[in-house]
Amino acid sequence: MEYFIQQLINGLTLGGLYALIALGYTMVYGVIQLINFAHGEFFAAGGYVGVIVLNYFAGRGLMDSNPWLCLAASLALTMAYCAFLAMAVEKVAYKPLRHQSRLAVLLSALGMSIFLQNALMLTQGVFDKPYPGEKFSGGLVFGDIRISVLQMMIVGLTILLLVGLNLLVFKTRIGMAMRATAQDKIMTSLVAISSNRIISLTFAIGSGLAAAAGIMVGLYYGSVRYDMGFVPGIKAFAAAVLGGIGNITGAMLGGLIIGMVEIFGAGYISGQYKDVFAFIILIAVLYFKPTGIMGENVDDTRV
Amino acid sequence: MIHEFKKIWKSYAIGLLWLMGIIWPLVGIHADGTLSFANAFTLWLYIAAASFVCLLLYVMNQSGSLKPVTTPLSAARSRVAATAGIVPTWFWILLALVLTGIFPVFTSRYAQDVAINVLIYICLGLGLNVVVGLAGMLDLGYIAFYGVGAYTYALLNIHFGMSFWLCLPIAAALAMIAGCLIGYPTLRMRGDYLAIVTLGFGEIVRLILNNWMSLTNGPNGILGVKPPSIIIPTFDGGFGFELFVLKKLHFLYYIALALAVVTIIAVRHLNYSRIGRAWESIREDETAAELMGVNTFLLKLLAYGMGALFAGLAGAFFCARMRFVSPESFTFLESAMVLSMVVLGGMGSIPGIILGAAALIVLPEVFREFELYRMLAFGMAMVVMMLFRPAGLIPAKRMGSRSEEREG
Repeated sequence: MEYFIQQLINGLTLGGLYALIALGYTMVYGVIQLINFAHGEFFAAGGYVGVIVLNYFAGRGLMDSNPWLCLAASLALTMAYCAFLAMAVEKVAYKPLRHQSRLAVLLSALGMSIFLQNALMLTQGVFDKPYPGEKFSGGLVFGDIRISVLQMMIVGLTILLLVGLNLLVFKTRIGMAMRATAQDKIMTSLVAISSNRIISLTFAIGSGLAAAAGIMVGLYYGSVRYDMGFVPGIKAFAAAVLGGIGNITGAMLGGLIIGMVEIFGAGYISGQYKDVFAFIILIAVLYFKPTGIMGENVDDTRV
Repeated sequence: MIHEFKKIWKSYAIGLLWLMGIIWPLVGIHADGTLSFANAFTLWLYIAAASFVCLLLYVMNQSGSLKPVTTPLSAARSRVAATAGIVPTWFWILLALVLTGIFPVFTSRYAQDVAINVLIYICLGLGLNVVVGLAGMLDLGYIAFYGVGAYTYALLNIHFGMSFWLCLPIAAALAMIAGCLIGYPTLRMRGDYLAIVTLGFGEIVRLILNNWMSLTNGPNGILGVKPPSIIIPTFDGGFGFELFVLKKLHFLYYIALALAVVTIIAVRHLNYSRIGRAWESIREDETAAELMGVNTFLLKLLAYGMGALFAGLAGAFFCARMRFVSPESFTFLESAMVLSMVVLGGMGSIPGIILGAAALIVLPEVFREFELYRMLAFGMAMVVMMLFRPAGLIPAKRMGSRSEEREG
């Protein structure tokens, strides 16, 4: 029983992280129907910029005096950085291709992903980069069950960001413009909303969330690697599909389910095949219910 | 020209500032808590200079300042094309065959090695072309079939001592079965979803190869696979047969060449057969094709099977040549590489894919000193290619656009 609860907590943590990455996929897909293959790379870049900024703070001795402030500052800086990066990528690789075939955009995204991954490798090296996370150790212990500070922080921050995003999308004018752009780009631009700007903003927000996930993964696992974006990226995409692509609540739910399945699959079935479970879910969902759990009935051509 | 430049200098300047903002944190902040500007600034200057030259050329071309150069060039090109058109096609094919036939006589071991690589990738590219170029189904897990072929030969050879020639059809058949197994559940999907599901399947196959220790020896791979051998007649001491092991590289080169030629002929025949037309109709508009009586279900499955078959052949040969297989050779990046060969060359066009494979294998070998930047340039090239020539270097002649894509 303790083992089960422990796994539940681990699954929740991992699921929260996947949910954060999945939101970027689902938002971008909702607005321009593109699988942004480079999204996993924004997540990896977030992890790297996070470790760079935290190390900078640590070098100045700020980490010792007030670590939480440093973490908050590095989160803000990293999210801003990745938002700018995503906007630049969108401008270069996706915007000129908006009226080209889907295959062209997909390949451009794939190329961008390879490019960003190698840019990270060349600037930061091929080895794991350790995170200065020793300030955030410790946690609660109930008998055999341990909840670390990091786990609490990840779940807390995930909830915070998700609530913030929901407020943004459903309560503000910007969110309304985003939803309108997702429905009909031409009509939206007729009522004086710049759809280009909204698409850019969608990329920025999605990759900001992925960057936050990148920092937290770095803290949680203790290090980052230049190629860490690919597999979580695919799993997060599986989460987005599972929840119903284009649906924000669905992406959160899908992320949680994928995280849980992975942790329980690894814990009870086989640790070596843990990546397989997410893929099998992805394939099964696409086969039996392509619209996902929360998805509306999309047009057949989209599937 | 000045006028043309006025239109873009502002966005160019903003873009450069943006670039500076992006590269500086990754290059300029160090782990020990110090800041530096020099490295980031030098890198930025290089990129700025290179992009400025490109931009200048582009603007000059747009405004017509380059006319004195481009006009004679294009005239010369059309003249060459016209002269080449007079010579019949069979002559070119014969010439290519002769040239590739005598290739190992005049070249070094290294060149032959590269040539074998190119030939393997031609097989792979043409196989993927059946799925992506002809039937219009985006497949990102294609390398899995290559892996199936390679592991089939490795396992049969190690455990049962079966020869390469016997294993070749078995590998092709098993890869084809794998293709149909993977193809079957994905037939209902199109476009992006199909791409992501095939990617998932490719990863699953790789993970199985990586983790099934008792069968595949996991990440260590399988060592000691025998190279192909042939039986040749001998005449010393009476007539007899002798088993001759083809260890020399140029023998392997000829096998690869034969495989590539067979693949080219087969794909060409498929392309211009009723099946090929049906695939193309599925690619152009699946609903319409179905209404016209094309059995889309069977044909799409067949496309998967045929594509996988060529990958299986290439895989068995790859294994025989390396005498070693490991899951490392079948990663997603390889799939992306083959896919970009197909797209770079021109989907559905056989000469295009041959050119694409040759370009993507030979160019990195030529720029060996810049090995580190190879994949960086590859990624960028893919983006640039899509921006400026989405149909590929030699586009296929019969190619339309899907009806549902035109609306968006």
